[in-house]
Amino acid sequence: MKKLFKLILILSFFSLNSAQTFAAEKVDYLKTDWSFKGLFGKFDRAALQRGYQVYTEVCASCHSMKYLSYRNLSEKGGPEFSEAAAKAIAASFEVTDGPNADGEMFTRPGKLSDKFVMPYDNVKAAQAANGGAYPPDMSVLVKARGGGVDYIYSLLQGYEDPPSGVTLDDGVYYNKYMYGNKIRMAAPLSDGIVEYGDGTNASVEQMSKDVTTFLMWSAEPHLEARHQMGFKAIVYLIILTILVYFSMKKIWSGVESEV
Amino acid sequence: MSDHDYKPKSKVGQWFNDRLPLLTLANHLTDYPTPKNLNYWWTFGGILTFCLITQIITGLTLAMHYIAHADMAFESVEHIMRDVNYGWLIRYIHANGASMFFLAVYIHIFRSLFYGSYKSPREIIWILGIIIYLLMMAAAFMGYVLPWGQMSFWGATVITNLFSAIPLVGEGIVTWLWGGYSVDNPTLTRFFTLHYLIPFLILGLVVLHIWALHVPGNNNPVGIDIKKPSKDTVPFHPYIVIKDGFALLMFMIVFAFFVFYTPNILGHADNYIEANPMVTPAHIVPEWYLLPFYAILRSVPDKLLGVVAMLSAILILAALPWLDTSKIRSAVFRPLYKQFYWILVADVLILGYVGAMPAEGLYLLIARVATAYYFLHFLVILPVLGFKERTLPVPLSITEPILGGSPNLAAARHRESKIK
Amino acid sequence: MSDKKPKRREFLYTATTAVGAVGAAAVVWPMVDQMNPDASVKALASTEVDVSSVKPGNTITVLWRGKPVFIRRRTQEEIEEARSVKMEELIHPEKDEDRAKNPEWLVMVGVCTHLGCVPLNDKGDYNGWFCPCHGSHYDTSGRIRKGPAPWNMEVPKYEFVNANTIKIG
Repeated sequence: MKKLFKLILILSFFSLNSAQTFAAEKVDYLKTDWSFKGLFGKFDRAALQRGYQVYTEVCASCHSMKYLSYRNLSEKGGPEFSEAAAKAIAASFEVTDGPNADGEMFTRPGKLSDKFVMPYDNVKAAQAANGGAYPPDMSVLVKARGGGVDYIYSLLQGYEDPPSGVTLDDGVYYNKYMYGNKIRMAAPLSDGIVEYGDGTNASVEQMSKDVTTFLMWSAEPHLEARHQMGFKAIVYLIILTILVYFSMKKIWSGVESEV
Repeated sequence: MSDHDYKPKSKVGQWFNDRLPLLTLANHLTDYPTPKNLNYWWTFGGILTFCLITQIITGLTLAMHYIAHADMAFESVEHIMRDVNYGWLIRYIHANGASMFFLAVYIHIFRSLFYGSYKSPREIIWILGIIIYLLMMAAAFMGYVLPWGQMSFWGATVITNLFSAIPLVGEGIVTWLWGGYSVDNPTLTRFFTLHYLIPFLILGLVVLHIWALHVPGNNNPVGIDIKKPSKDTVPFHPYIVIKDGFALLMFMIVFAFFVFYTPNILGHADNYIEANPMVTPAHIVPEWYLLPFYAILRSVPDKLLGVVAMLSAILILAALPWLDTSKIRSAVFRPLYKQFYWILVADVLILGYVGAMPAEGLYLLIARVATAYYFLHFLVILPVLGFKERTLPVPLSITEPILGGSPNLAAARHRESKIK
Repeated sequence: MSDKKPKRREFLYTATTAVGAVGAAAVVWPMVDQMNPDASVKALASTEVDVSSVKPGNTITVLWRGKPVFIRRRTQEEIEEARSVKMEELIHPEKDEDRAKNPEWLVMVGVCTHLGCVPLNDKGDYNGWFCPCHGSHYDTSGRIRKGPAPWNMEVPKYEFVNANTIKIG
């Protein structure tokens, strides 16, 4: 058991070590309760659906989400829109398809199998429309930032007037959670910018939480399955470990040694 | 028990075995006499075999979906994570499996250092192990390039640029490695090919590693030669099989925790940003298992010498059987060596820590001191210690200390147990 | 007592082995299942085809699930020929009425049921299709009449979304 303890000590050292890597640029992020954390963490469906609304109505005008498909919206473990609702969402977008028999591209209403329609055709177009700054694709954004969900959640609420002595160029804003504090995106959220269908008050804080939850799901769509399977796997391993332990004790019982 | 007089019971078995002695091999493996006093640090050989097989199986399945092309690699990884049945599970096992593999190999190496397992007659086992370790680093590095994220791209750029430190031909070698004038699609496809190949080379070397082990047999915590088979040994099956199995399960619990609950903690967030040759991430950090060597590289202010220092830090290990001049294997009977051993462990951990930190100010100073000490340990302390150290009396058999033995040995054991 | 002890010991070993085997089997499944069609492939299970430009007597070939699907606008003679065949003459008896609900349109997977080649249009002894690989003859209803193929060409699930559009799958 002492040996085990030692192993855990070494392990924790390494996990600390990697946590330290991020700590170098860490600030105190705003905290909130995330329903998807912990051994049994699950997404809050209503928050995911509201988060999708914030994404489409606010973020999607600049940020793409190219690895998601409309079918994902009705899949298990996600926002779980009904299939009909997901179809209607898909059909509300114009998708470029083709070439047709005449060799020309045409547009048609979206289908479940289509990927999310991108706001710009390519990175260059996105940069040109946004003063040279590329609005990053949001599919895996949460996993691509050191602070994860806490960072995104804080950033959305971190817009402030610059402190004295800080001068900002045109089209640059001050955000206390942004790396280097200068950000090319204007504060995207303001109270009531979307109108929630379920009557939830669309405060900046609420919308930040909802859209961040949505982004967590988009980055990790199988999170719920992972948590469920993980719990089963670890319980199973513990049971087998106990059985093997007693078998080992029995097998070694005739040997003058320690196990 | 002896391999040569084994005869299968059935006629068919005999017929087969006369033509291909697989049954003799199986019999040798199950009966293989193993010292009965092996502690849990000895279970990591089995754990490493498990790691290698896990990496090969998950790697093969990932390769069925992965696309080794600069334009599609990142997307194909997302495809695996989102659409492929259990793709997320397989990829997270593979990615975290690399870290678990290195965790186990470091414990395995440091166990060998503590109990002097590299000493005569086991030098070949040790050197094969070092080659395996080098190949593991190559495989891990190239594997990290495959998702084609920012860390993949810039890690590949930085590591391949190490070769440019070689005078005269360096630049040519780097261009040759890249297959172009920068890390790009040709680099990715050849890295994928090599990443696929290396595990099978490792597998072959592991067979040799175990073969070489089975010639003299296992070292043991007392570090003395034992008669085999004798009352000091137990047959590998079922005694060691069940014990290795128990340790493996404990290891798998830790492994499962990483895979299911913190699958990305050992990776770097920047690798979820697709590779961009125009922008370098703010901090370039290798995977944790390479950090000590990265610290050594950065602690030398000269390009060529830095690379030389880093490579020497690994290659010096191959010379260890001859650098350590002590005839006593186990640190249990070497009170001074034991202290230096733990200082070395601390030194490597410190190197790992500063390797993750920016190379400036105090961190750089610490890295330099720790680097100097690392070489001092192997090049000065170990050779001198073998001549100067007053060692404790070594028992004649491992049964002796277990059964109580002389008071001297009881005291030695007591001290040993305090350390663990 | 001495009888019981080995029994209990055996039970422990059996339980350990059994629990271990269950886990091993559970681990094998993801490695097998990953080769099954993935979520993005399944999502493409249906395809819509505009058939307004197909003239009577013509066939178009569209790709569905990676396989060619023949959509033939049959002439009146072809329909009659297909419907007049007696069931006894068929290797794989199926009524043309069941294969083509709208007699003008024959929709079927254009894959020979022998070994998977694509049969040629307007060829063979029965004015339908002929598979060049091993000589299977199909009639104007896509039914096997002569040759090694065991079954008629498969009619996929399809429906007319409107007069000009067929949705396959």
